[in-house]
Amino acid sequence: MEPSDSELIAAVLKGDSASFEPLIAKYQPRVFATARRYARRESEVEDIVQEVFLKAFQKLSSFRGEAPFEHWLMRLAVRTCYDFLRGHQRNREKPFAELSEPETDWLERFVAEPDSASEHADAARQLINKVMEKLSPANQLVITLLEIEDRSVKEISKLTGWSVPLVKVRAFRARAEMKKILSKMSQEKYL
Amino acid sequence: MDLTKLQDKLIAAARSRPPGDQVPYAFEKRVMANLRQPLADAWSSWGSALWRAAFSCVVAMLLVMAWSQASTRTSADLSQAFEKTVLAAADHFDEDLQ
Repeated sequence: MEPSDSELIAAVLKGDSASFEPLIAKYQPRVFATARRYARRESEVEDIVQEVFLKAFQKLSSFRGEAPFEHWLMRLAVRTCYDFLRGHQRNREKPFAELSEPETDWLERFVAEPDSASEHADAARQLINKVMEKLSPANQLVITLLEIEDRSVKEISKLTGWSVPLVKVRAFRARAEMKKILSKMSQEKYL
Repeated sequence: MDLTKLQDKLIAAARSRPPGDQVPYAFEKRVMANLRQPLADAWSSWGSALWRAAFSCVVAMLLVMAWSQASTRTSADLSQAFEKTVLAAADHFDEDLQ
């Protein structure tokens, strides 16, 4: 029978660092999926995931076992992703002139007939990635958690450590910033 | 252009294909190697710092030894020179009397 998370954590805390390996193996797919929401390059994703597990190992003594280990780890993952976003704001100032041909075609189709532009198209996904990169780190995080992952405000509050009113304010600002970016994009493209 | 609709469409596009959860081969081994590395690094940097400190101590000791040897010799010369200078007037006085 495989040891439980709490048994493995207790062993790590007693000095058996090898017991941390099964915990990494168990939870790394979830952490990878989370990191891929915020980083595009695979090398950046790997760096984030590695940092999450290094932090988890270092801070393991602060895990009190009141909630499942997975929740504690995902909080750490989200906060590490937020730190990553804050450190990599390189694409925020780039103009939208660099839209690819399929992205421009998708936008033109949307302008001509909004319902005919499919949300399943790769161009739409590339476009939303570009829009997301232009948002501030806090707004990018809140849009991802609230709109894309469909999490509740309370859940976001727990994951980020922000208060519920702060999450609401940031969600409002994030939507407004996103609309501003979309408006700028359409002006650059069509005026 | 209906920006709200465009926003909804783009968010729906992001939702439609969640990112994959595939993991590079033996990634947990890599993390474990990194977990052990900082400790090894700490020991090796502590060891090299000790060697550097020992080397500087030996150099400082040799310098102090050389300086103390030189200063003993110089101080002997100085005391003789000082004596000569002080007693020079008395020597001249004796010579004048004779």
